[in-house]
Amino acid sequence: MTTAMNCKPAELKTEPMILSIERSAAGRRGIRFPRPEKHAGAYLPERFLRKTPPRLPELSEFETVRHYTGLSRRNYCLDTHFYPLGSCTMKYNPRVNEDMAALPGFANVHPYAPEAAMQGTLGFYYGMEQLLCEITGLGAFTLAPAAGAHGEFTGILVAAAYHRSRKDRARTEIVVADSSHGTNPASAAMGGFSVVTVKSKPNGRVDLGALKAALGPKTAMVMLTVPNTVGLFESEILEISRSAHDAGALFYMDGANFNAVMGIAKPAQFGVDIMHLNLHKSFSTPHGGGGPGSGPVGVVRELEKFLPVPRVVCENGAYKIKTGRPGSIGRVRSFLGNTGVVLKGYCYLRMHDGGTLRSIAENSIINANYVRVKLKDLFPCAYDEHCMHECVLTTVPERLNGIKTLDVAKRLLDYGFYAPTIYFPLIVHEALMIEPTETETRETLDAFIGAMRAIAAEALADPALVKNAPEGLPVNRLDEVGAARNPDVRWR
Amino acid sequence: MFSPHTTKQREEMLKAIGVSSVEELTAQVPAELLNPAYNLPPALTEQELVEHVTRLSAKNTPLACFAGAGAYDHYIPSAIRHIVQRGEFLTAYTPYQAEASQGMLQAIYEFQSSICALFEMDAANASMYEGATALAEAVNAAVRITGRKKILLTGALHPEYKATLKTYFGVTGAAVFADIPCAGGQMDMAALDSMLGGDTAAVVLATPNFYGVIEDAQAVSDKAHSCGALLVATVNPVSLGVLAAPGSYGADIAVAEGQGLGNPMSAGGPYLGIFACKKEHMRHMPGRICGLTKDHNGRRGFVLTLQAREQHIRRERAASNICSNEALCALSATIHLALLGPAGLKEAAELCVEKAHRLAALLSAAPGFSVKYSGPYFNEFVLECPVPAEKVRSRLLKKGILAGVPLGNFDKSMKNCLLVCATEKRTDEEMRQFAAELGRFSK
Repeated sequence: MTTAMNCKPAELKTEPMILSIERSAAGRRGIRFPRPEKHAGAYLPERFLRKTPPRLPELSEFETVRHYTGLSRRNYCLDTHFYPLGSCTMKYNPRVNEDMAALPGFANVHPYAPEAAMQGTLGFYYGMEQLLCEITGLGAFTLAPAAGAHGEFTGILVAAAYHRSRKDRARTEIVVADSSHGTNPASAAMGGFSVVTVKSKPNGRVDLGALKAALGPKTAMVMLTVPNTVGLFESEILEISRSAHDAGALFYMDGANFNAVMGIAKPAQFGVDIMHLNLHKSFSTPHGGGGPGSGPVGVVRELEKFLPVPRVVCENGAYKIKTGRPGSIGRVRSFLGNTGVVLKGYCYLRMHDGGTLRSIAENSIINANYVRVKLKDLFPCAYDEHCMHECVLTTVPERLNGIKTLDVAKRLLDYGFYAPTIYFPLIVHEALMIEPTETETRETLDAFIGAMRAIAAEALADPALVKNAPEGLPVNRLDEVGAARNPDVRWR
Repeated sequence: MFSPHTTKQREEMLKAIGVSSVEELTAQVPAELLNPAYNLPPALTEQELVEHVTRLSAKNTPLACFAGAGAYDHYIPSAIRHIVQRGEFLTAYTPYQAEASQGMLQAIYEFQSSICALFEMDAANASMYEGATALAEAVNAAVRITGRKKILLTGALHPEYKATLKTYFGVTGAAVFADIPCAGGQMDMAALDSMLGGDTAAVVLATPNFYGVIEDAQAVSDKAHSCGALLVATVNPVSLGVLAAPGSYGADIAVAEGQGLGNPMSAGGPYLGIFACKKEHMRHMPGRICGLTKDHNGRRGFVLTLQAREQHIRRERAASNICSNEALCALSATIHLALLGPAGLKEAAELCVEKAHRLAALLSAAPGFSVKYSGPYFNEFVLECPVPAEKVRSRLLKKGILAGVPLGNFDKSMKNCLLVCATEKRTDEEMRQFAAELGRFSK
């Protein structure tokens, strides 16, 4: 069996975990500034000044570089390891996008520079909105939200504003599926709505009967994740959107995982009124260990007036920033948005057309199904049918000497793979949610499949090996219970 | 363009799956929805893209930046970008598998530690979107902690932060806001006295405030606490190189825009929301937190902890809906603080103070121009102009200078006011040129 392209970081095992502060020596410097002529006390009242210097690391530049380079080597990442993390869309991040976002012409712009001095930035803002409208079929987009969940919250406030504008104050509920992303109900609650959860059917889709029963004069919106979190397309989507509309509710699509849809279908044709996209997933901007992201929200024309400010508009060939818009829900953050991330997404989209977008969706679907088919004898599919961009497999402890999904995930780390998403969606027992994405080669998938099969064999031959994994990483399994009971969240 | 399969491989994979065409795989999508037409511009090659985007970037005018108002032009040491651009940080995901993510987790722990040290607070999270949403989360936490709803906001709060709060809580009414009036660019303490009561959840203080003025934070803190209210402080982290830290005057929660710590201005983002609090409020702190722990062999290691408050577990009962944060911006800040250290941060902050004061003297020497408020300031101040501030800014633009932020955009009564900022990056020559232009202006 080949273990992909990865080196196991076994050599890192012996290095102790040293904190930057522990490398400090009093008076050591990483950078110097010119000396001020006078101290702050010459300009400011003494009582406002800091009495004791902060306990920050004192390192040379070289030590700083070496320390953080050392940390980087204790990290699995997309560039070094296959990262089949379901619903997270860990696809390749083109490096040219990084170069473009770092151009001084973009990076050095103050957010309150006059419009005339930032036509380049406003140009790609406007262009990105147009591109997103075209690929979704929706009427307008805002690029203000900083992340997917921030986009959901924005969309929920838009829905609230819409119903308020119609003097329809009875609509206090948002309907979500039990398989939805956890942020959907959390965002709905933040927007002041009560959450009605609808169960999924054994085939992984929303139970249409239960959905219809949940709808009524109190329903403000139905939120649906498409493709859903078990990797399937909601094949009754037209009936779902029609039912929502018949009940007077809006229909929201969580488009976090849009790479399986873009190029093959336009959400507006599903009957979608509001949706968000995650630029840091489908549009290839890097995840950065947890962010920054960007969560644009698209709406049908009728809802455009409710979108947050500011909006970038084009008047007589010049781009302008509009802030005072009647009907708008207001601001959801300061300044324009996560501009640098938007630019990376814009670069990605400009390198595609309808045909290549389609190949993204197709290849992500082929890859997920390939993994599913090659593993389902040992790790049964939660839903045994063709899937979209991800598949949900399960571990059956009774068949594997008591080995559970967590054990499989940890052992995969030893084989040089990041783990799939585990125990999600919550409705699948011992879930392993695998999303290969369209950018992985068949060779990498074969190596991953080989590792999964090898782990199943190990479970039968030597279960302790799997239970105690990982063994070749900088640390073994960590005490999470202890960490939560006695939190140590800063150096002392 | 970024899909590696050859035609032959695709066919072999489809065969392995047991289908004859990709259409069989997409059959779960209703047929009438499939294959829409796309009216998109032609796909650019990488070279064409670079040409196109570089041309776009040239449509932004390079300017000597004297604008602040929540986004600051500080020097960013080179090493930061080189480290942050390493694929191991850039292309990692949220560290859900701790053993394979010790690098990012340790960096988050160091971020939390450096922020706690700088702010003199007990705990900090792994970051929030940016300053305004960090403040919204602080208000949310204050309401939960006190069981009260009323939030007193400094009248000198950044207007966009205020607008964000209104959006976050306007619909639910979970928090209700009242503005504490300003007198002379500072919080009116008599007004604060009259507004504080047993129903006050928190007083939100900004120092330096939106007009650049440093507030008497200790006095505000004492008053808030005497009513059982919390003090929520929003600060400029760079100013803490010289100014008293929120913990030293008893802030319960401190938030900030952290862009100035090693992140470029980038026309508004991505930025870095900082959230820190006292120990007793840690379990109300939203977002991700990294904790130090041990592995089964007693080795030091790091995990995401206190996750029981989060959306992926608690769904609609979560403390917040935040999921993605700004981890890479937080990493930049962590490296920035490590490179500067306590001495470098103090130097940078003292340079800001000195340059801002020197600039104020130069500009107010021009006939008709004066510094509007007498309160102490860190790196920015309000310049009262003899003409609309927009005019001043337009004139200076032609000389390659961004003179500041005209405040009439936020408050019509301040149409002649320009919010001017000087960081350590502004040179004496730029400042002299700025002043010389003003001299010409009033003639």
